[in-house]
Amino acid sequence: MLKQTEGSHAVAEAVALCRPEVICAYPISPQTHIVEGLGEMVKAGEVANCEFINVESEFAAMSVAIGSSATGARTYTATASQGLLFMVEAVYNASGLGLPIVMTVANRAIGAPINIWNDHSDSLSQRDCGWIQLFAETNQEALDLHIQAFKLAEEISLPVMVCMDGFILTHAYERVDVPTQEQVDAFLPPYEPRQMLDPKEPVSIGAMVGPEAFSEVRYLAHAKQMQALERIPQLAEQFKAVFGRDSGGLTHSYLVDDADIVVVAMGSVLGTIKDTVDEMRQEGQRIGVLGITSYRPFPLDNVRAALQNAQRVVVLEKSLAVGIGGILSTDVRMAMSGLQLHGHTVVAGLGGRAITRKSLRGLFTKAISGELGHLTFLDLDWNVVNKQLERERTTRRSGPAAESMLRDIGVVAARIG
Amino acid sequence: MSFQPVHFYQTGTFTVGNRLLSAEERSVQANVERTNSLNSGHRACQGCGEALGARYAIDAAMNAARGRLIAANATGCLEVFSTPYPETSWQIPWIHSLFGNTAAIGTGIAAAIKVKRQKGQMDDVRVVAQGGDGGTTDIGFGCLSGMFERNDDVLYICYDNGGYMNTGVQRSSATPPAARTATTMPVGPEPGNNFGQGKFVPAIAMAHEIPYVATATVADLRDLEYKVTKAMGLRGARYIHILVPCPLGWGAASQDTIKLARLAKETGIFPVFEAENGEVSGVLKIRRPQPVEEYLKLQKRYAHLFGKKPAVETIARLQAAADKNIRKYGLLDQEAN
Repeated sequence: MLKQTEGSHAVAEAVALCRPEVICAYPISPQTHIVEGLGEMVKAGEVANCEFINVESEFAAMSVAIGSSATGARTYTATASQGLLFMVEAVYNASGLGLPIVMTVANRAIGAPINIWNDHSDSLSQRDCGWIQLFAETNQEALDLHIQAFKLAEEISLPVMVCMDGFILTHAYERVDVPTQEQVDAFLPPYEPRQMLDPKEPVSIGAMVGPEAFSEVRYLAHAKQMQALERIPQLAEQFKAVFGRDSGGLTHSYLVDDADIVVVAMGSVLGTIKDTVDEMRQEGQRIGVLGITSYRPFPLDNVRAALQNAQRVVVLEKSLAVGIGGILSTDVRMAMSGLQLHGHTVVAGLGGRAITRKSLRGLFTKAISGELGHLTFLDLDWNVVNKQLERERTTRRSGPAAESMLRDIGVVAARIG
Repeated sequence: MSFQPVHFYQTGTFTVGNRLLSAEERSVQANVERTNSLNSGHRACQGCGEALGARYAIDAAMNAARGRLIAANATGCLEVFSTPYPETSWQIPWIHSLFGNTAAIGTGIAAAIKVKRQKGQMDDVRVVAQGGDGGTTDIGFGCLSGMFERNDDVLYICYDNGGYMNTGVQRSSATPPAARTATTMPVGPEPGNNFGQGKFVPAIAMAHEIPYVATATVADLRDLEYKVTKAMGLRGARYIHILVPCPLGWGAASQDTIKLARLAKETGIFPVFEAENGEVSGVLKIRRPQPVEEYLKLQKRYAHLFGKKPAVETIARLQAAADKNIRKYGLLDQEAN
């Protein structure tokens, strides 16, 4: 059914249609509307046989999820930013134990300085935690990916993060097609756990493993993600057969076949990039876009195939690997290994800085003309940065950097573009 | 012929041998059908109080739950000695997740059971979460308090040996005053733990007004079984805090585990009581009052108090703390006073 609704509510409806049995809720912006929406649906009886638990922290949220998933219940939670970091120990534990929990990450920056707006620092900080990470481009895809996520998680017994841009998607009202319960039931069978705490068949879960088997256990985690690499496109096909639309998969290519320059990105910024590319195509520029949907497992072969005819690659990412540059671009470079390509990393949109068509157009034009460096911080205010660097050079007690820079800017919080 | 008293075979104890009791009065451990939930062959030290406490507690819980029990276990000695891969001593469904989240794991298990029961997919299965004092009073305290305040249907059992023994005897917030650990020595003028620090979690549990809180020791195993059984007869959050001497960490002889647990209770150092909905409802009275020295001098962690120049003041402070427990919880019968 077509609806005009908020991204968070669309996700809540999708999760509800998946018949979750345990939902752990702890509030953090910009994820709150999702669990609030689910809470309302549980209260209204729209989600039958479901425990909605208000926990005392994100660490507890993931821990309760581990307990319920290990007891055979389909389990969901959501978080963002500091919350994801606070639960990290349990995040690794969930994947290490092979528990198919599904969690929405409403992507948000990590402090300090504290910042509630969107970038991808939170989930990318967890790239090696053993969870599958799927990135949604639109609210429709966010809705669809949750339905696919439960199926994927339970088939291969690994947890899945569905990542969607905080505020940009979670708080945007858009038209979405909400499937029927019959459709979701046809796609997603009841959860049949591989392992379960059951008095009828007692097992020990979480025993200590020494050097004699630890490598093998870890390899298995990798092997399962490689299975997911095969399974994700198949699930997208199955999804299309039931729901009639393309959603999910490993990557989305847009006009890459004849492109000299390909822009690689994840999440909602792909829309703005495609609009910019459309404009530049009309002017005769051979430019294309590669959207990464599956960040973990990372689809090396698909990325390589999409890039091999290009001459230049621009990885535009909402994250920063401090001390080296890009996080996503490191993975893209691995896919490009041996290809003679010019590679550029562009760090953009940190802490909610708007990524505009105008900025992108300028960026891509520079890239085409060979003027773009290896690492660029899009729309960085060099004035402010240089002033602070100068202050630190000349004054020992230069004070807190962020506050000093805000003072230089003047009107606080009025400038996000 | 003069009166001949009944001969108790377990000399030096107040325990009546099971053979003298009727079948229904016998302990869970005396039953040939006991579940051996924590089976033999594990790697605990000789004289481990925690292994003993866990065996009695979990078998009693299994008995009360008619075999339908799931246990969550914090990281620590109990976890390490019972499950070195690929072995396990647990005969029940058992999960170890992390050091600090065991109460929350219990909450999750209980939630799943509730849903599965609604759906008719599971019997009434009960949940025990258990950990040492570090995993309970320190790193796991947030999750424990959360589980209490939501009144989740979980029995949490803390095996308190007064420190981080698995990592090599470091201080926890349950380390008693004046006890020496590897990490009390750098802090303060004395090698032992400072006075006025630490927390008594049974009292904090009572402040949550949960249905049932109890303390116990491995010296009074029938009392422990009674409390576990009583706790299992109730719903909601329940907490049992068991004092379990640690020969390694306390610097005590392996054969003195029971003796030390008994002395902890008889001196008043460790009050043994139970509380319902935040109010004390019963205490285990002191049978033969003892001065705290009797308890302290058997343990090397207090050896610095008994050198050439005994720390008379420190011992007096410990005696005062024990006396306060005796007053506060009414541990002495009126006649005994």
